[in-house]
Amino acid sequence: MNNIIEVKHLTKRFGDLVAVDDVSFEVVEGEIFGFLGPNGAGKTTTINILCTLMRPTFGTAILNGFDVVRQRTQVRKSLGLVFQDPSLDIKLSALQNLEFHAGVYSIPRDVSKNRIEQILKMVDLWERRKDTVQNYSGGMRRRLEIARGLLHYPKVLFLDEPTIGLDPQTRNHIWEHILELRRRENITIFLTTHYMDEANVADRIAIIDHGKIVALNTPEALKSMVGGDIVTVKTDNAESALMEIRRKYNIEAQRDSEGVFFEVRNGEEFIPVLVKDFESGLQSISLRRPTLDDVFVKLTGHEIREGEGGEAAMRMQWAVRQARGRDGKFH
Amino acid sequence: MNDLRAVYIIWYRDLLRFWRDRTRLITSFIMPFLFLVVFGTGIASSMMGGFGDEGFDYIQFMYPGIIGMVVLFNSIMMGVSIVWDREFGFLKEVLVAPVNRTSVAIGKALGGATIATIQGMVMLIFIPFANVSPSLIDVLLLIILMFIMALSLNMMGLLIASRIKTMEAFQLVAQLLLFPLLFLSPAMFPPQALPAWLGSAVKVNPVSYGIDSMRQVILGSQESAMFGIHLFGYRMPIILDVVVIALFGLVMGVLAVRSFQNQE
Repeated sequence: MNNIIEVKHLTKRFGDLVAVDDVSFEVVEGEIFGFLGPNGAGKTTTINILCTLMRPTFGTAILNGFDVVRQRTQVRKSLGLVFQDPSLDIKLSALQNLEFHAGVYSIPRDVSKNRIEQILKMVDLWERRKDTVQNYSGGMRRRLEIARGLLHYPKVLFLDEPTIGLDPQTRNHIWEHILELRRRENITIFLTTHYMDEANVADRIAIIDHGKIVALNTPEALKSMVGGDIVTVKTDNAESALMEIRRKYNIEAQRDSEGVFFEVRNGEEFIPVLVKDFESGLQSISLRRPTLDDVFVKLTGHEIREGEGGEAAMRMQWAVRQARGRDGKFH
Repeated sequence: MNDLRAVYIIWYRDLLRFWRDRTRLITSFIMPFLFLVVFGTGIASSMMGGFGDEGFDYIQFMYPGIIGMVVLFNSIMMGVSIVWDREFGFLKEVLVAPVNRTSVAIGKALGGATIATIQGMVMLIFIPFANVSPSLIDVLLLIILMFIMALSLNMMGLLIASRIKTMEAFQLVAQLLLFPLLFLSPAMFPPQALPAWLGSAVKVNPVSYGIDSMRQVILGSQESAMFGIHLFGYRMPIILDVVVIALFGLVMGVLAVRSFQNQE
């Protein structure tokens, strides 16, 4: 197995702020490598350095055998990029956007013509290739950007928050395309996200917080770091519930926006025991398997979407958007 | 070879956008129309009779200045397209491509210069109104001069755009630059008649030399000495005008490319 990316002691400072703090990791050729962390954790800065858009303050990064500082042109030829923010020329058509890309990546004209057709068909945009991108939905624009990122057959495709701001239906659709592409082209995918379910498709995940990698492993291994099942309890008084759980079962529960939660082995058997003589005014109780969210909380001590209204609020937004049928009508 | 293709595709994209947005052709027509037809007629009729010692009227005198104005405005405004690309994210697509930044800058400047020249060429329809009679050769020479001036000014626009990150800021800088460059040039008044302080300001303005060269072509050899720019007691000929504006463009171009190269 070859390492397609090798990062050693990478550091990036902006004045006093350390955006990336002594980060080292390797990405194996052909894998989907996920970078998971909240906004501002240093994901995009790392990508920008790997893509030669920024110079590191310290440390080295090698991509496809080329140094990202000294061999920028070769590095750029080796990678495709889907940025977090839109980067299409919305005044031009899909075809013209791709022709521009073929031009600046010096793909021979006879080759590019076939390749553009093939790739537009793959992302279901061939029928609308002559439409101005302005008239595309968010999901269509993303698919076009992914198509563009792949047009020059890169060794590594960077997807920086590829489905941010899209509704769940469109997100699923985009992921179908990405996974199909990966099967066909066998390229390496470097993904950053703060959606947990999205990170699950990765072969390996690096959890990043405050510019540091706090864990790096397969999703399953990361989840097994959390001791058992997660029980969430809603009560009249969260403080007394915390104390009661500590006193009776010797378990340190934690509070979150929805109530009090804790880890326990064999959750199904524990719940009847708990319910039988709970004194702090039980309102509801729920049980679930550990997710990457829990891993993140366990490792960093805070939730990944703090300051964004939490996952529940996000789900609510999607639900509302879908009910209105705004973004949902395009595929 | 690959770099040439990149220059071409960047140039081509700007032209494509220009062609798709044809309203720009019409809106950019209004200002010079007002200046030449309304303002020019007003001044000409208030002067009564001839203007300058060779008997040109004011509109004949002003016409080359208006062409220069159009080239100037459109060239500076092309810097907007870079700021625009930055704001809409497209600049990243260009900056991450395996193309050297010199090609990007040259492609952008050529695109902007071509568009500014096209806008300047539209002004040729005022030839009958301005009552001038350039030959076909003169017109071709005029177009070449427009392009040289546009290319130099585009390099300046590029330099500004590489340093300025927001649309609002660019608009502000452009406004602060445009009117001094226009009013401190021989576009609307003959430089020789000016008081010394104003005359010197005109001489350090590169735009002056572009307009002067075009005026000499349009008004021909009998053009009045009073209209020309004099350096060290000599009347600037067309060729030296071109040298000045080209040198200015070269300096701006080098600075713009360097500024682009350091871009993160």
